[in-house]
Amino acid sequence: MGKCCCGSDCQDSRFTEILEQYKGKDGVLIPVLQKAQEIKGYLPEETIRAIADYFNKPYSEVYGVATFYAQFRLKPSGENIIRVCAGTACHVRGGKKILDKVCSELNVAPGETSADGKFSLEPVACLGACGLAPVMMINDTTYGRLTPEKVTEILAKY
Amino acid sequence: MQIYRGHVLICAGTGCVASGSKKVQAEMANQLEAFNLENDIKIVETGCHGFCEMGPIVIVYPEGIFYCQVKMEDVKEIVEEHLLKGRPVKRLLFRDQMTEEMVPHYRDIDFYKKQNRIVLGNCGFINPENIKEYIARDGYEALAKALTQMTPEQVIDEVKASGLRGRGGGGFPTGLKWQFARDAKGDKKYVICNADEGDPGAFMDRSVLEGDPHALIEGMAIAAYAIGSDEGYIYVRAEYPLAIKRLQIAIAQAHELGLLGKDIFGSGFNFKLNIKEGAGAFVCGEETALIASIEGRRGEPRVRPPFPANKGLWGKPSNVNNVETFANVPRIIAKGSQWYAGMGTEKSKGTKVFALTGKVKNTGLAEVTMGLTLREIIFEIGGGIIDDKKFKAVQIGGPSGGCIPEQLLDLPIDYDSLISAGAMMGSGGLVVMDEDTCMVELARFFLNFTQMESCGKCTPCREGTKIMLDILERITKGEGKEGDIELLESLAKTIKSTSLCGLGQTAPNPVLATLRYFRDEYEAHIKEKRCPAGVCTALASYSILEDKCIGCTACARVCPVNAISGEVKKPHKIDPAKCIKCGACAQACKFNAIVKK
Ligand SMILES: Cc1cc2nc3c(=O)[nH]c(=O)nc-3n(C[C@H](O)[C@H](O)[C@H](O)COP(=O)(O)O)c2cc1C
Ligand code: SF4
Ligand code: FES
Repeated sequence: MGKCCCGSDCQDSRFTEILEQYKGKDGVLIPVLQKAQEIKGYLPEETIRAIADYFNKPYSEVYGVATFYAQFRLKPSGENIIRVCAGTACHVRGGKKILDKVCSELNVAPGETSADGKFSLEPVACLGACGLAPVMMINDTTYGRLTPEKVTEILAKY
Repeated sequence: MQIYRGHVLICAGTGCVASGSKKVQAEMANQLEAFNLENDIKIVETGCHGFCEMGPIVIVYPEGIFYCQVKMEDVKEIVEEHLLKGRPVKRLLFRDQMTEEMVPHYRDIDFYKKQNRIVLGNCGFINPENIKEYIARDGYEALAKALTQMTPEQVIDEVKASGLRGRGGGGFPTGLKWQFARDAKGDKKYVICNADEGDPGAFMDRSVLEGDPHALIEGMAIAAYAIGSDEGYIYVRAEYPLAIKRLQIAIAQAHELGLLGKDIFGSGFNFKLNIKEGAGAFVCGEETALIASIEGRRGEPRVRPPFPANKGLWGKPSNVNNVETFANVPRIIAKGSQWYAGMGTEKSKGTKVFALTGKVKNTGLAEVTMGLTLREIIFEIGGGIIDDKKFKAVQIGGPSGGCIPEQLLDLPIDYDSLISAGAMMGSGGLVVMDEDTCMVELARFFLNFTQMESCGKCTPCREGTKIMLDILERITKGEGKEGDIELLESLAKTIKSTSLCGLGQTAPNPVLATLRYFRDEYEAHIKEKRCPAGVCTALASYSILEDKCIGCTACARVCPVNAISGEVKKPHKIDPAKCIKCGACAQACKFNAIVKK
C-alpha cells in the first residue's frame, strides 16, 4: 500500500487496494472502473491513465471502454444525481413533462450539472419500476407516480 | 423453531419500496411490539407480487387477506383490528374496478385469476433472502433429481420435449441450444445468464432476480450439468442494485448448503457462479456483446457464426440464456416435460411473463399461458384503459417490436403469431396506448432510443437510424415532405438487411409497424400538418372557449411567456404569436375552457 497511484497527489489508498485486488485477473477493466468511480465520483483522465498503466493496456483501450458505457462519468457530478426515466412506459404516461419540469426547476439540460453543483441530471432508459410510471430516482431513492407538481415538492427536500 | 400464529408478508420489491413499503415494514415492527404481538406474528419481507400499481402490498396469513396501497398511518389499524381482534380492515382491501366490490383474497382478484403463475410462483410468497423458504417450496429438488437420477443427455431430452423456447426474445428452442453446447468440443465450458433486461418497459427478469433468485441459480446449475460446464456468469444490469444484492446473498447461502461448489449432492458435479455487473448499454443484451462486456471490453456485437455455443466467453463453448428461461427449468425437470408441454399453443409451450404498463388500469406483471389473447391480458387482467378512454394500440417487444392495433386484439399470443403481425415477443413488455398517443411520435421515441444505443460498429445502423430519426423529427415538427414515408420505408429495408446484430436488424420495426397500421396518422402530419392525437406540440394550437371561460385568470398567471391576456371575470385570449405551446394553461384551467387542436 502506501501512496496512492491514481496519478493525482491524493492520499487515498483505497484506489491502490482495488488495483491490487484485481491484479493478474482477466476481464477486470469494467469492475475496476466501477470501483474507481465509486471512490472518486467520476473518472478523471489521470485515473484512466493510471489504470491503463497498471494493467499494461493502451490508454485508448481503457478510454474506449470508459466512454462506451453510460455508467461512466468523465466529468465530476453534482452532489445529488437525478435520473429521470425516459423508458417507454414512462414516456406514454407523461415522462417528458417530468423531465421538462426538472430541467426548468433546476435550469439544467439532461447530462448537465446545476450551477450550484447540487444536482446532476441524467436521463436513463427504464428504472424497472414501470408499474409506477412516470418514475425518477434521486441517488438511491425511487419516486413513482410523478406529476410536475410532485417534482417541485420532491426537489425542495434536497 | 418458533411457531407463529400468523405471518404478515410485506413486499420489498422495487415498485413497492418506491411506494414506501420500507416505512410500512418498520412501522409494522413497531406496532407489533406495541401490542405485544412480536412473538405471535412474523413479518416476512417478500419479492414482487407483480401488482405494483397497488403497492405497497401487505398480505396477512393464514387468511390470505390482501391489503393494497397501505400507508404507514394504516399499519396501527391493521395490527389492532385485524391481527389483534381478527377483523380485517375493509377500507384497505382491493376493490374491483368494474363492480366496486371488495375482494379480500389474493386468488379472487381479477388481475390474478387469469394468470398461471409458474415462473412467478414463488415471487411474493417467500423471503428471497432465505434459502430455506425456497427449499420448503420444493426448491433444489429438480437439481437433486437431475444430478442423481438423470444423465446430462436425459436432462437435455427432457428440456427438448418440454418445448421450452428462449424467453429473451428470439424464442430459440432451449434444449437444442444446450445440445449444441454439449456437443461442442472443449475442456472448459461456461453457462451465462443474460440478466441485462434492457427493454425499457420490461421488468419481469428483475422480479425473478429480486423475488426468487434461487430458481435462477438452480436452473443454471441444471444447465451446467447438462452441457458439461463447471462455471457460470450472471450478467446483471447496474440499474438493478437490489437484484445484485439478493443474488449475492442467494449464491452465498447455496454455497453454505453445498448446493453450489464442489461435488454437489455427492454426484461429483462442481459448479461455481459469478456475478458481473453491467455498466449501462442496451446493446450488451445481445449475446456476443454481453460476452465482450464480461471480458472487460466495449460491448460490441460480432459476427455469428461462430456461435457462443462453439466459441463464447474467453473463446470457450458457452451457453447463454435469459433469466426467465432458466427459471422455467427447475419446474420442467421436477414436474416433467409432459406437464409443461401440455400448456400453451402448438409451437409455443408453457407460460410467458408480460410486463403490463402504460395506459392500462392494472399495471404489473402478468404470467399467462401461451395462447391467451391480448384482449384477455389487457382488458381482463389489466382491467382496461385508464379513465375508460379508447384503446389505440399496444407495443409489444419493446424497441425491437411493433404495435398491435385494436383489430388484432383477439390474436392468441405466441412467438409465431406475433412475428406475422409485425411485432415480436421480445422480452414481453406490453405498453398499452390510448387515443391520446401519437403513433408517429411513438415511432420517433423508439428510433431515438435505438439510435442512441447503437454501438456504432456498422454504418447502416449508426447512420441509417440517425437519418430515420431526423425524418421522424421533421414530421412531428410539421416539416414533413411528400416522399418521406417512402424514404422511411426504403431506409428501413436497407437497415434491416445490412446490420450486423439484432439491434440494427430490428430498429426500424416500430416505424414499419406504425406505418402498417397507422399510415393515416403519418399522412395527416405530412399533408395536413395536423397531429390527430394532439400530441405533437409544434402542430398544436391552444385556444380559449369563450363560453366556458369565466375569467378566473388562472391561465394567465401560469403562462410562462405572458401570452394570455384578458380582464378579470371576462373571457381571456391567447396570443398565438407568443404561445410556446407548453400546455401549462390547459392544466391550470379548472373549467375545461382551454382546448388543444
Ligand atoms: C440489442 C439486443 C438486446 C437484447 N437484450 C436482451 C436482454 O436484455 N435480455 C435477454 O435475455 N436477451 C436479450 N437479447 C437476446 C440475446 O441476444 C439472446 O438471444 C438471449 O439472451 C438468449 O437467451 P434465450 O435463448 O434464453 O432467450 C438481446 C438481443 C439484442 C439483439
Ligand atoms: S447493428 Fe447496430 S448495434 Fe448491432 S453491431 Fe451494428 S452498429 Fe452495433
Ligand atoms: S419505463 Fe420508466 S421505469 Fe420502466
